[in-house]
Amino acid sequence: MAKQKKSKMALYTRQDKIILYCGYALLGLFLLAIIVPMIYIVIASFMDPVTLQNKGISFDFSKWSLDAYQRVVSDKQIWVGFKNAVLYSIIFTIISVAVTMLAAYPMSLPDFKGKAIFNTLFVITMFFSGGLIPTYLLINNLGLLDSMWAVILPGAFSVWNMIIARTYYQGIPRELREAADVDGASEMLYFFKILLPVCMPVVAVLALWQFVAMWNSYFDAMIYLNSASKQPLQLVLRSILIQSQPESGMIADIQSTAERAKMAELLKYATIIISSLPLLVMYPFFQKYFDAGIMAGSIKG
Amino acid sequence: MKAKTASPETAVLTAERKLHNTWVYIKRHWQLYLLFLLPAVVLTLVFKYAPMGGVLIAFQKYNPFKGIWGSEWVGFKNFTRFMSSPDFQRYLINTLKLSVYGLLWGFPIPILLAFLLNRIESKKIKQKVQLVLYMPNFISVIVLCGIVRVLLSVTGPVNGLLHTSINFMTLPEAFRPIYIISGIWQGAGWASIMYTASLSNASKDLKEAAMIDGANLIQQIMTVEWPAIKDMVVIQFILQAGNIMSIGFEKAYALQTDLNLNTAEIIATYVYKKGLLDGDYSFSTAVGLFNTVVNVILLIAVNKVVAKMNDGKGL
Repeated sequence: MAKQKKSKMALYTRQDKIILYCGYALLGLFLLAIIVPMIYIVIASFMDPVTLQNKGISFDFSKWSLDAYQRVVSDKQIWVGFKNAVLYSIIFTIISVAVTMLAAYPMSLPDFKGKAIFNTLFVITMFFSGGLIPTYLLINNLGLLDSMWAVILPGAFSVWNMIIARTYYQGIPRELREAADVDGASEMLYFFKILLPVCMPVVAVLALWQFVAMWNSYFDAMIYLNSASKQPLQLVLRSILIQSQPESGMIADIQSTAERAKMAELLKYATIIISSLPLLVMYPFFQKYFDAGIMAGSIKG
Repeated sequence: MKAKTASPETAVLTAERKLHNTWVYIKRHWQLYLLFLLPAVVLTLVFKYAPMGGVLIAFQKYNPFKGIWGSEWVGFKNFTRFMSSPDFQRYLINTLKLSVYGLLWGFPIPILLAFLLNRIESKKIKQKVQLVLYMPNFISVIVLCGIVRVLLSVTGPVNGLLHTSINFMTLPEAFRPIYIISGIWQGAGWASIMYTASLSNASKDLKEAAMIDGANLIQQIMTVEWPAIKDMVVIQFILQAGNIMSIGFEKAYALQTDLNLNTAEIIATYVYKKGLLDGDYSFSTAVGLFNTVVNVILLIAVNKVVAKMNDGKGL
């Protein structure tokens, strides 16, 4: 590979090379800007709260401890949050991907009757919305306040994702459908047996997007869910990270107020790590699907 | 089939036949309507269109106990109320400044990143770089704002490096830089993905041909790479410029403190506070409706302008 690289580099002029290396340096700086804060937080999470506040991080490993992690994982509310986040995200992803992939199919057929009407119906919602209060009042009238369906159902059908799926279907050769000799009654059969299996890249991408979106959101949960037992992870994180109010059990044993405040600050670091780890570990496995999904979505707006 | 003659009777007949054909089609393909489309249509009608009807309360003095049919109608009173309020004007300006500056600073960076990524010859290195670039996208808004808060806290590392003890989160003038820089930190890598994808698909052979022809780097970029992503850049710009009024609630709210509201209060957070915290439903709905309408007008306008500049190609 080194050889190949050399021969390519040889094609650049000296001036080009200068520009190129400046570019690489820029990219390197950007990467550092991403990584350094993350490393800082990882290191800080092992520190002793007083040292961290007074002197910053240190590499004196003998003084590192898992105290902050123990305090965070021994708290019940954070596990309730995790459990709810997993539950909501999985249900949301399944419903959303199913509804979207299904709806995109008829919309992808060139001879589908009523396509224009449905298209208008869907696309209008990309631009107009009732807004916060009318939606809230609707959820209230439906009796969905403090129910997980208030968080899951309103965003389950995404027009944007439907367009992506439709574009992807349209890229599948039409002969496949003609060969399958679809008569009216066996659309379902064709869809599940033949079409869907070749569309798995787009299913994977949409599933990942929806899962991440639900996992990371907090607004709907904040306005619709009141019970502590229904809070998803992000709301629990919000009180620890943004409002600086750790769950009382995490710091109950500390007597002085000043010490408590310092511990509350330290807990933030461990909380950031624990809560972000699952997605950061998972996402590289999906990386190979990103390009496929993005390309499918970007071809036509 | 017999040859058609153009007479009124046959026109009616064809119309009838057309209707009949449609009916036959629907009957034959009922699964497409009932199994494939119905769930999406129901969700759309219930959760998107029903609230659109609900915007009527913007023209009322809405009383939750009397409901939408029993409440008093007040015309445009809610609108004139917020239009004439100095607070609202400030929030409107805050919203616009936040998103316009965010767009100006944030829009070019993903494109630059994509060009740079495209110049990494080794596939392995490129993949590793991408892995790091995309990582922040998978961090939640709350965690991002948590990171910002610990890094910028009075005893945090940024103050440590500067040997100061500034409480950045309480400074109104620090809010926009914080919001925009953290946005670029989190989103620029991920936003570059679509440019990267089309660059790597389009340009391999052309680039090599251009190189052998003796084109220098700048010429290669202008003749091979830029045309490959130009359309995408235009579309992205339309979408983002058209959406400058719909800047999200979640991040702004998570970066607000009591002391930085002067710049940090935007329309989305104001609608939430007025509506759900103060219970002023009608007023809040009016503000939200105003926001939506402006947003749609902007989107149409930007689309027109870009279409003109781009040989008639808009969205």
